[in-house]
Amino acid sequence: MSTQSILGLFQQPEPAADAMDGLKEAGFELGTFDVLTGTPYPEGAFGEHVPQHRLFRYPAFGAIIGFTLSIFLTSVTQLAYPMVTGGKPILSLFAMLIIMYEMTMLSGVIATVVGIVIESRLPNMKPGIYDTRITEGWIGVVVTFDDDSKVADAEGVLNRAGALEIKHA
Amino acid sequence: MQQRRELDQVYTNRKLLNGQLDTPKWWLPTVVTLGLIVMIGIAVILVMVNKGLGVTGLARPVYWGLFITTFVFWVGISHAGIMISAILRLTQAEWRRPVTRAAELLTVFSLLTALVFPLIHAGRPWRIAYWIMPYDVARGIYPNIRSPLIMDPVAIGTYLTGSTLFLYIALLPDLGNLRDRTTGWRNAMYTVLSLGWRGNPRQWKMQTVGGILLSALMLPIFVSVHSIVSWDFAIASAVEGWHSTIFAPYFVIGAVHSGVSAVVTMMALMRWLWKWDDFIRPEHFDALARLLIVVATGWLGFTFLELTFALYGQDAPEIALREMQMFQWPWNGLFILFFLTAYAIPVPMWLFKRVRTNIALMFWTSILVNIGMWLERFLIIVPGLARRTPFVYTWEAYRPSPVEWTIFIWSFAWVTFLMLLFSKFFPLVPLFEQKESQVFTDDVMIGRAKVPAIVREAD
Repeated sequence: MSTQSILGLFQQPEPAADAMDGLKEAGFELGTFDVLTGTPYPEGAFGEHVPQHRLFRYPAFGAIIGFTLSIFLTSVTQLAYPMVTGGKPILSLFAMLIIMYEMTMLSGVIATVVGIVIESRLPNMKPGIYDTRITEGWIGVVVTFDDDSKVADAEGVLNRAGALEIKHA
Repeated sequence: MQQRRELDQVYTNRKLLNGQLDTPKWWLPTVVTLGLIVMIGIAVILVMVNKGLGVTGLARPVYWGLFITTFVFWVGISHAGIMISAILRLTQAEWRRPVTRAAELLTVFSLLTALVFPLIHAGRPWRIAYWIMPYDVARGIYPNIRSPLIMDPVAIGTYLTGSTLFLYIALLPDLGNLRDRTTGWRNAMYTVLSLGWRGNPRQWKMQTVGGILLSALMLPIFVSVHSIVSWDFAIASAVEGWHSTIFAPYFVIGAVHSGVSAVVTMMALMRWLWKWDDFIRPEHFDALARLLIVVATGWLGFTFLELTFALYGQDAPEIALREMQMFQWPWNGLFILFFLTAYAIPVPMWLFKRVRTNIALMFWTSILVNIGMWLERFLIIVPGLARRTPFVYTWEAYRPSPVEWTIFIWSFAWVTFLMLLFSKFFPLVPLFEQKESQVFTDDVMIGRAKVPAIVREAD
């Protein structure tokens, strides 16, 4: 039995939210249906499951790696080519701090970007059923099933909520 | 926000993607002309590399001239992006929406251009890689991290990488939009670049949270970059005027002044060229001008402090330098021009709402600011070296050569050329931000007045 999905298209947020409520009431599990929009809506506008994420861990992780690497780079390069200036210590802490700061921040930024991509579940080169009108203001409610017998139920919910069109894939 | 208009998403797509889905008539001739100037500039750079720095006006004692001035100028312009994009995003300023992408883009392209100047200034550009990254294990020679000339590329490299990634992440929803509006190879390109963007709540949440997080991370980098650029001068403690203790914040606030002014210039051009009157409105110029008044006055305070500290020390060479900067020809003429263009003309004009909401006046005053800010950098860098001291080999005054002026002009053509090329493939105004503004705004009646109200999420 292959996985298939349907997409109900709406022009207004209220019927799309009704469709999401209807799917929940009809017993569809969280994660099997989602809403697609061309613009951000306030969180919970469609009664959708509020996604949990771990994005805040990424910059911390990146910064720790960058900071560690920067200590290694700045201290080892100075120790490997010891150049005494005015009798001062070989390891020039204030100069090191600047490079360490930049490397820490750079790693933090790169890790955050990686985090945004991963937590957004991207890249996804086979994104499934979609309609280009979504980026023109239409709202899509997509339902995915493993069981063909539920297709009719989902269509019924979408139609009752006022879907203007239903696409199959 | 009284000028906001109700715009549907089809109209927003059509108007804001007019550069990508159609080609404006002026676009090709402009790009070809700029391309020619860019090629001439590159040819002149190659001639200079071949002949050596003797073709420039640089000579003892003035070894840092037009190239380094222009380097500092473009790094300054790059501060527009994070100032506008990150700070306004963090403070959820509604008027940021049409401004952010242009500002981020200006950051990336001006940094790319800035990096060229130290490279060509070194005379033998191929050796600069070895200067920055001489990880020569065989001889045990490594970069001297104590030198600001190493700190500088590290800071600018961090800022450039961060800004480019920031720009790309914020582009993802609009790349998805372009994928939906195109066919053929362009559709394939946008499909890959958008990474399969669909616009589900998880992806939008990551855009919002990620945007705020990246803004918060980029802000400290933004402050560090121009601070470190100012320390390039601090290494030469023997040069008067190069080692003031307030240099780091002075450079940062000067960079914000010139950068935000450059955003105003760009916004006016975008409004005129792509006819985005519905999106880039007088209210946005009004807000930017108000911000500029504060920034420019803060910057003027630092300029005054720099002069005060110099004179208060009663150090004879320092006083001689200031005397030269302000009272000796041609420096005095440049100093007056600098003060008039960077502050005395534009800022009093911006005090009037009629000026702030007049796009042509805002355009020309923002150009004035950047003329002034370029002169400021020139007056910081060159007189300190050109001042006649008893034991220098020569007292020849520095005159930038035609080669230097050509490369200077090339830098402006190059940034504009890159901007226009970008505009052919990617939207200059974030579409999803505009649409979000429509979703999050409604008109409410207060008494008999209909007032636009903007909804802001709690977290």
